[in-house]
Order: sequence, then C-alpha cells, then structure tokens
Amino acid sequence: MSLDQPAPPAGQDDSTGREFTSALEDDDVLRAEHVSKRFGAVTALVDVNLHLRKGEILGLIGDNGAGKSTLLKILCGFQRPDAGRLIVNGEEVQLRSVDHARALGVDAVYQDLALINQLSVYHNMFLKREKVHWPLLANRGMRRAARNYLDEMGVNIPSVDAQVASLSGGQRQAIAIARTVYSEAKILLLDEPLAAMGVKEAAIIMELVRDLKRRREVSMIIIAHNYGQVLEVCDRVNLLQHGEITLDKQSKDTSVQELNDIVVEEYRRALEQRQRAAS
Amino acid sequence: MSQVTEQSPSLLGPSGGTGSRALGLVRSGLGIFVRQREATVFVVMIGLLLYFGIAYNSGFVSQVNAVDLLSENAAPIAIIAIGEVLLLICGEIDLSVGFTFTLAPFVMLYLNIYYHVPALLAIICGLLTGLVAGWVNGFITVTLRVPSFITTIGTGFIMGSMALVFSHAEPQEIPAATVNYGKWIGADSWAQIIWAVALVAIFHIVLTRTRWGLHTIAVGGNALGAREAGINSGMIKYGNFMITGVMGALVGIQTAFYNNTIDPLAGGYQPMFYGVIAAVIGGTAMLGGSGTILGAFFGAIALSTLTDGFDVAGISANPLGIIFGIAIIVAMVVNVQLARLREAGRSV
Ligand SMILES: Nc1ncnc2c1ncn2[C@@H]1O[C@H](COP(=O)(O)OP(=O)(O)OP(=O)(O)O)[C@@H](O)[C@H]1O
Ligand SMILES: [Mg+2]
Repeated sequence: MSLDQPAPPAGQDDSTGREFTSALEDDDVLRAEHVSKRFGAVTALVDVNLHLRKGEILGLIGDNGAGKSTLLKILCGFQRPDAGRLIVNGEEVQLRSVDHARALGVDAVYQDLALINQLSVYHNMFLKREKVHWPLLANRGMRRAARNYLDEMGVNIPSVDAQVASLSGGQRQAIAIARTVYSEAKILLLDEPLAAMGVKEAAIIMELVRDLKRRREVSMIIIAHNYGQVLEVCDRVNLLQHGEITLDKQSKDTSVQELNDIVVEEYRRALEQRQRAAS
Repeated sequence: MSQVTEQSPSLLGPSGGTGSRALGLVRSGLGIFVRQREATVFVVMIGLLLYFGIAYNSGFVSQVNAVDLLSENAAPIAIIAIGEVLLLICGEIDLSVGFTFTLAPFVMLYLNIYYHVPALLAIICGLLTGLVAGWVNGFITVTLRVPSFITTIGTGFIMGSMALVFSHAEPQEIPAATVNYGKWIGADSWAQIIWAVALVAIFHIVLTRTRWGLHTIAVGGNALGAREAGINSGMIKYGNFMITGVMGALVGIQTAFYNNTIDPLAGGYQPMFYGVIAAVIGGTAMLGGSGTILGAFFGAIALSTLTDGFDVAGISANPLGIIFGIAIIVAMVVNVQLARLREAGRSV
C-alpha cells in the first residue's frame, strides 16, 4: 500500500544539490527512509535514504567512519535507528533483533566477522542456526553441510573441525561469508567481504556473488573500498558522506575515475575550508 | 550435486608411512593426552589417589574414608563447580553461591515448620531459593550492568546474613517431615556422590552437545560477535546464574541432611572457592570462552583427596594451607604449559 504513494520525498529534498538520480521504486525489497543515528556526540547517520531493488547488487562506498557499517547494522536489526523508517518487502518494520531481521530474510556479514575463536569452523557456520536432534546438536549433519558449502564455494579450509582461531584472515572471512550466503536469506548485507582476501579468493567471492544473483534471486548490499571491484560486481553505487547518500548512480554510468574524483574533490574542499578557517 | 563426500586429507598430517606405525600410535596417544583438556587434572587426581592410597594404605583405602572423600568432600565441590564452570565460560563468576548453600535449607525449614508447607514442596522451595538468588544475580549483573564479582559479593553478604537472622545464629534441627526425603537427597552415605555424578554427566552433555552449551561458549569467547550472530547473551548469563544458584541450594540442603543439622555457619566462601578452584585446575579459563565440567569433577576429587589425605595422614591443620596452596599453583602451572603445547600442536 505504501508502495503506491507517488514520488516519496527522499528523491526530492536533495538539499546538497548533488546528483541524486534514484526515485524509490516499486520492486524495492529493502528501503531506508530518513534514517539517523547518533552515538553520544558523534552523529554517524544524519538522513539516509537508500533502496535496494529485487535481484540488485548495490555497492555502498564512503570514507572510513562515514557510517557505512552503522547503516548496515541498522538494516540487519543489530542496532536501532534514532529516527527513520525501514521497509522490508513493502512493509514497514521496526526490527527488534538480528533474529527478527533474519526471519524477514535479511542477513549480514559484519566487518568484524562475528566469529567465535574457541569454536570449530562448522559450529561457527551454524551459530544460532544449529541443526538439532532435540535436545542434542546434530554435529554430523552440520559438519557435512559445512564441508559441502566450503567445497562448493571453492575456498581452501583444511578441516571443518579446526578451531577458527587457527585460520588465516582470508579463511575466517570466507567462513563468515559462507554462513550468511548459505542461510537462505534473500537480502544479504556484506560489510567489506573482500577486505582480507587474496586476488584468487576475491575472484572466488565475486563469482559467488554473481552466481547467487543469477540462481537465487538474492539482493545484496556490498560495502567496499575498492572501486574497481565495486563497479565490476555491483549494478548500482551509493556514496555515503556526512551521514547522507550523496551519490546514486548505475555502475555503467560512472567510473573508478569519477568516483575517485568525487572523493578527492571532497577532501580538497574540506582541506581548503580548514586552511581558510585557520588563516 | 550436493553429495560431496567428506574429505579432510591433511588431518593426519604429511607424515605417516606404514613402518612408523608404533611410533605413530605413541604419538597419537600423547597427542590425545595433550589435546584433551581434562587429561592433566585426571592424571593429577589419579596420582594423588595412588599416593595417599599407598602411603597411608590402611586409613585411606577404607570404605568409610572413600565415602567421606567422595560424598562429603568431593560431591559438594563438584556440584558447585558445575555452575561455576558455566559462569566462568560465559565470562561471569558467582561468589555468592556458598551463601545460597547456607540459606536454602533454612528456607526449607521455615516453610515446613512455620508455614506448614508439605515436606517435598518445602524442599523444592529450598531449591527455588537458588533459582531466585541466581535471577537476582543475573538481574544486577546483566540488566543493571554491575560486574558479577561485585554483584555476588553483595548478594552473598545479604544471604549469609539472612540465614543468621532466620536462625538467630543457632543450628536448627532438620524438620521431621522431611527426613524421609532426606536420605535420597543427601543423608544416605552414597546419595551425594550419585547426585554429583549424575549432574556432572548431564551438564557435561549440556555444555558439549547442546545449543545452550555452544551459546555459553560463544558469549564468553566473543561477546560482541555472539550478539551479532543473534545470540541473546543476557539470557544465557541469567540462565547460568540460575543454574549455579540451584546447585548451591542443592548442596546446602544435601549437607544439612548429611550432617543432620541446619547450620548457619555451613557454606560461606569456602565451598565456593573450592568450586572455582576445581573448575580452573580442571581446565576452565578464568577469562571465559572455554571450560570443561568433566575436568572440574576430576578437580573436585583431586582437591578433596588432598584435604582428606592430609587428614588421614594426621598432618596438623596449620601447615596444610602451605601444601594446599603449592599444590594448586603447581597444578595450574602444568595446565597453562600444556595449554601452550596444545596451541602449538594445533598449528602443526
Ligand atoms: N558502537 C559505537 N559507539 C560509538 N560510536 C560508534 C559506534 N559505532 C560506530 N561509531 C562511530 O560512528 C561513526 C561511523 O562508524 P562506522 O563504523 O559506521 O564507519 P564505516 O563507514 O563503517 O567506516 P570503515 O570504512 O572504517 O569501516 C564513527 O565515527 C564511529 O566512531
Ligand atoms: Mg565499517
């Protein structure tokens, strides 16, 4: 019903005057409207308007501390926004918890990976989604499934019985991604999924992302710092600056050069301002 | 497509020709020993039992002493240690559990004598004292965010003092109506050890084979990560405080039946400290994230073998603390060093 409302205000009140091409569309699976979030004196998000279409891969970029992870944690139910609306599959929701978001088909890979060092690979992969023969854990089933997923992904993890503490950064990241990707969620939020990946592993993950999109009609938001990778795998790019989305473009309409220029330009302007203020 | 067989080629490591089979067996035997956290304390326990058994044959190996050792000394420590292991793993501690021990049998007594609550119900209410104490500890620690070290010192004082007020600081008689149940609970010489073994077995499975155990480890191993994964860490901690409280109450009621008196000076800090020490020398990390209930059980037997053994040996109480302290520290040193070996072994 709320979908029928023509031209939501988000697209219009673009006070920054910068490009903001997207109108919110009818087949959005996820929307954030006027979302804000403060941590004490720090305002992480001022007024975020973002939408994700069905089957779309959206790249979210921005400087360190821009608020990308904060936005992701709000979208996956881990944190609550101070104000604003979230709309999942056309219905406005107040996400109560990570579990609640999961029940709606939204799942996230966190920047810190949320792995438990003391547990084995397969227990981590099924954490909070354990297979159970009540009252006992169905360890054998989880072990086998974990092995299958990792083999299918093509990542090199010697043993699913190994403690996560003993794995490399890239292996840990692969496990965090695998557990979300194979969770049946339809909306995946990935916070810097390629940060610790080698060239080959990054290629594997990017292929996996494309494959997911093709086969399971999954929609995704991917936070990344490497604009080349973002443009390669994402359909659309959003730039988060000063707590707002200041750029929203189809990948094919922009380039690494342009994104670089915008960010560098921004930096130069801030520097000039500071110098002017100092003198 | 999904029928990929389980394969873990590098599990056995790169070595392993058929010729070196015997050597391999020895190595894997050593490997199990090093890998199994309970192994150290198990060896310590057997060593102590053998030492006192051989050195003080006639006194130590008697049946009377075995019952004393296990039912009177080891079982209460082991039962309290169950709760402390769970709490330590999820990053908390309960210093008040010995006072739950003190208070619970008085609750049973007063409900039965003054409020005419039927005996069995009164016993159950005594156990529920522990549940309530655990809930209060959870509320103050989790909801009001006071470190459990402080929380439980506070609640410990309160419960200890309540027991003194209730009893006018005088030992009280076991209510006659409850005596029939008493022999099942703790009066019978083997009752406590059977309870201890059963509870250790149950909670060993809870810790290693159920979601509750897995989530307890997760909360202590990475508090933020566990919450991000969707685990309700507050609920896990509340639950483990409540389990610990019930364990304390049970031991208190058992001890009252065993001694055939309800003593306001029973319990206190000592059983709690023994429980924590048993947990830690058994292989539970003080900083959370890992632990074993089986190890704590062996630790409880080792500790009570020491006290009991010195008793039989007729060593006076004065230097006992010195030997006890050294034994605890030595056990911990061995533990820590073996844990380092385990870490190293894992990367090979
Ligand atoms: N739990 C928190 N408590 C206090 N401040 C926080 C918290 N989480 C984030 N912040 C602050 O909010 C701002 C945005 O942080 P966020 O992690 O969202 O940035 P980011 O865009 O993900 O950066 P990066 O690229 O470095 O990961 C930062 O200034 C950060 O210090
Ligand atoms: Mg971030």
